[in-house]
Amino acid sequence: MRHIISVLLENESGALARLVGLFAQRGYNIDSLTVAPTEDATLSRLTLVTHGNDQVIEQITKQLHKLIEVVKLTDLNDAPHLERELMLVKVKASGAQRDEVKRCADIFRGQIIDVTASTYTVQLVGTSDKLDAFIQALAGTPILEVVRSGVSGIARGEKTLAL
Amino acid sequence: MTSQTKQTEMLSGAAMVIRALADEGVEYLYGYPGGAVLHIYDALFQQSKVKHVLVRHEQAATHMADAYARASGKAGVVLVTSGPGATNAVTGIATAYMDSIPMVVLTGQVMSHLIGDDAFQETDMLGISRPICKHNMSVRRPEDIPAIIKKAFYIAQSGRPGPVVIDIPKDMTIPSQTFPYHYPSEVKLRSYQPKLKGHSGQIKKAISALLTAKKPILYAGGGVIMGGASDELTELAQVLNLPVTNTLMGLGCYPASDKQFIGMLGMHGSYEANQTMHHADLILAVGARFDDRVTNNTKKFCPDATIIHIDIDPASISKTINAHIPIVGLVKPVLIEMLELLQQKKKKLDSAAMKKWWQQIDEWRAVHGGRYDSEAPLLKPQYVIEQVSKITKGNAFVCSDVGQHQMFAAQYYGFNKPNRWINSGGLGTMGFGLPAAMGVKLNYPDADVVCVTGEGSIQMNIQELSTCKQYGLGVKIINLNNGYLGMVKQWQDMNYESRYASSYMDSLPDFVKLAEAYGHVGIRVTEPEQLMPALERAFALKDQLVFLDIHIDPKEHVYPMQIPGGAMNEMFLSKTERT
Repeated sequence: MRHIISVLLENESGALARLVGLFAQRGYNIDSLTVAPTEDATLSRLTLVTHGNDQVIEQITKQLHKLIEVVKLTDLNDAPHLERELMLVKVKASGAQRDEVKRCADIFRGQIIDVTASTYTVQLVGTSDKLDAFIQALAGTPILEVVRSGVSGIARGEKTLAL
Repeated sequence: MTSQTKQTEMLSGAAMVIRALADEGVEYLYGYPGGAVLHIYDALFQQSKVKHVLVRHEQAATHMADAYARASGKAGVVLVTSGPGATNAVTGIATAYMDSIPMVVLTGQVMSHLIGDDAFQETDMLGISRPICKHNMSVRRPEDIPAIIKKAFYIAQSGRPGPVVIDIPKDMTIPSQTFPYHYPSEVKLRSYQPKLKGHSGQIKKAISALLTAKKPILYAGGGVIMGGASDELTELAQVLNLPVTNTLMGLGCYPASDKQFIGMLGMHGSYEANQTMHHADLILAVGARFDDRVTNNTKKFCPDATIIHIDIDPASISKTINAHIPIVGLVKPVLIEMLELLQQKKKKLDSAAMKKWWQQIDEWRAVHGGRYDSEAPLLKPQYVIEQVSKITKGNAFVCSDVGQHQMFAAQYYGFNKPNRWINSGGLGTMGFGLPAAMGVKLNYPDADVVCVTGEGSIQMNIQELSTCKQYGLGVKIINLNNGYLGMVKQWQDMNYESRYASSYMDSLPDFVKLAEAYGHVGIRVTEPEQLMPALERAFALKDQLVFLDIHIDPKEHVYPMQIPGGAMNEMFLSKTERT
C-alpha cells in the first residue's frame, strides 16, 4: 500500500544522504521525495512517498526514527490528510492542438505559464492521480518534457507535525 | 566541569581533541599516525593522560577498542589518518556496529579546502561509514571539537550502543590557532532521546502472561550484557525457575554452570535449547533480536509461543518475528520492574506444569548433551576448549576469531560471567580475535586472556604479534590448526560433496618459529597427551605471549547444526544422525 511519510529533519549536511541511504541499504522503495527548509531554518521538512505492506512500513518508520537527525515523523495515512504535487509540462502546441491543450489545461485548472509559437508550458497542482490523469488527457499531444515535484503532504484539521 | 572562576583555557583543535578524550576519562587510544592527523599526534605526545597504542594495521586498532568496550561496557576510542587509514578501519567499525558496541572513531581528513578535489589520501569517510555506524559527524569549526566529542560519546554509549565516527579535516587542528576550551558536562539532543524505562502497562501484561505459561523459556542476548543486567536476569530466571538459553552474543549473561542453563540456541545451539524453544508456549526474549542464525526458517519458528520481547531498539521488535507483548526500554530497569511486580504478586508459575516441562527438557538434554568422540586418537577441538576452560577455571576472557573454533569455544568453554566472551557475532569478522585479546589484556593485565583462533583467522591480523611485543601483552593464543578453513570445509562437506574449493590452507607457516621471530614463545601440540602440559606451561608464563599451535582432527564438524529451511528443532546431530 502507498504511504506518505512526513519527516522533520535537522537541517544539517549529510542528514538527507543518511535518510536516502537508509532506503537504499534496506531495500525500501522511494516513489517520491520532496525536501526543503521550514520556517525554522534549523529544520527541514521532508515528504516521502513509499509503498509496502504493514510490516515494511512499520520497519521504515522505526528505522527512520533511529536516525539521529530525524526529529519527528508521522505516517500521514494514519489520519485524514491533504497531498499536493506540482507538475510542469511542456507540450507541442501548434495548429489545432493549441486550442485543445488550452481547453484541457482549463478543465484541470492548470495554468499556461510560458508560451512560444510552437509550445505551451502548463503548470498543474493536485494529487498525483490528477497529474497522471492530465497526462493521459493530453494523449495525442506530443509531450516534450514533464517535471514533477513529488508529493508534499500535511494532515487535515488541527493535527500538526511540529516541535 | 571546571570551576567558573578559572580562566578559560586556549587550546588548538589538536590539543582539544586529546584534552576532551582525557576529560571523558579515556585511558587508551588505539591508532596509527599519518599526514592528516599529525597535529593530533603531536598534541598526544605533549601530554601523558591519554596513552596511545600503536598497532600494525588500523583494523586491529578498531578491534582493540571494540573488545575493550565489550569487556568494560565503555566506549573504546580509535585514531586513524585519512584515506587508507580510514578505509582500513572500516571492517572494525562494521564489526562493532553489527554487535551494537560503543566506539568513537576519529578519522583524519584532508584540509577543508581540498575536500572534493581528490587530494592525496582523501576519501569520503562520512559517505563510506554512513551505513556501518550509529552516527557520524564532521568538524567544520575547531571550536566545536569539545561539543562534538561529547556528543559522540553520548550517542555511542546510550540507547542501543554503536560506533560513532568523527571526521576531522587537518586544518581544524592547526597548532598555532587556539580557541577557548570548555568540555560540556552533558548533551541534550532534541532529535535523539532514547527511551529508558519500559511501559508499565506492557510490563504488567508481560508478567501476567509469564505467570500463566506452562512451557516458558528465557531467551537472552547481547543486550543483557551491554545493558549490565546479568544479575537481574539471573534473579528473574531463578525466581521463576525458567530454563535459560543464550544467543552467541549473550553467553555469560547467565551462568553456564547453573542447572537452569540449557546452552546456546540457534544454528549451532544445543539440542535441548532448540527443542525447548520450539515447543515453548512462552518466549521471554531479552536483549536479543531473533537473528536469522537463531530462528532458522521464520515461517516455522516456535508455532505455539506467545512472545514477550524486551529491547532498547524498537526497530528490533517485530522485525523478523512478531512480538505479542513488545516492551521498549533498557533491559535493566525493565527487569527490575518485573522483579518488583513479581515480589508484590507473590505468585509462581504452575509448579506441576513446570515440573513436567523440566522433565521434558532433561529428556532432551540426554539426547545429545554436547557429546563428541572423546576416544578418537586425534586431538578434538572440543576437548581442547574444555581443557582451556579447566586451566583458566572458566574465568578467562575468551576472545575468538570466526569459524568452527568460535562455535566450539561458544559451546564448550562454559561462561559463568558476563563480558568474558568476546567475539564478532553479527559481522563474523575473521581477524578479530588477536586484536580483541590485545585490547582486553591491555586493560585487564592481571586476567587470563585467551585468543581462540584457527590457522585461517589468525593470519588475517598476525602482524599484531609485533604490537604485543611492544606493549608486553601476554595473550595466550589457542590456534586450533586443522589445515582447513574449517567452517567453509564443513559446508562443502555437507552441501558440495566435499569439493574443497579454496578451503585448504596450503603452505602454512611454522607458527612456533613465527611466534619466536616476533619475540614470543611458541609451542606445538600434535598429540593429545601433550596438551595439558603445554597449557600448564603457557599459563604459567604470566606476562608472556604464548602461541599454542594445536594440531586437531581436520575432519571434525560442529554439531548440532540446524537443517536449513527447517524449524528451530530440526537439526543434524552428527555426521550420521538427524532429528
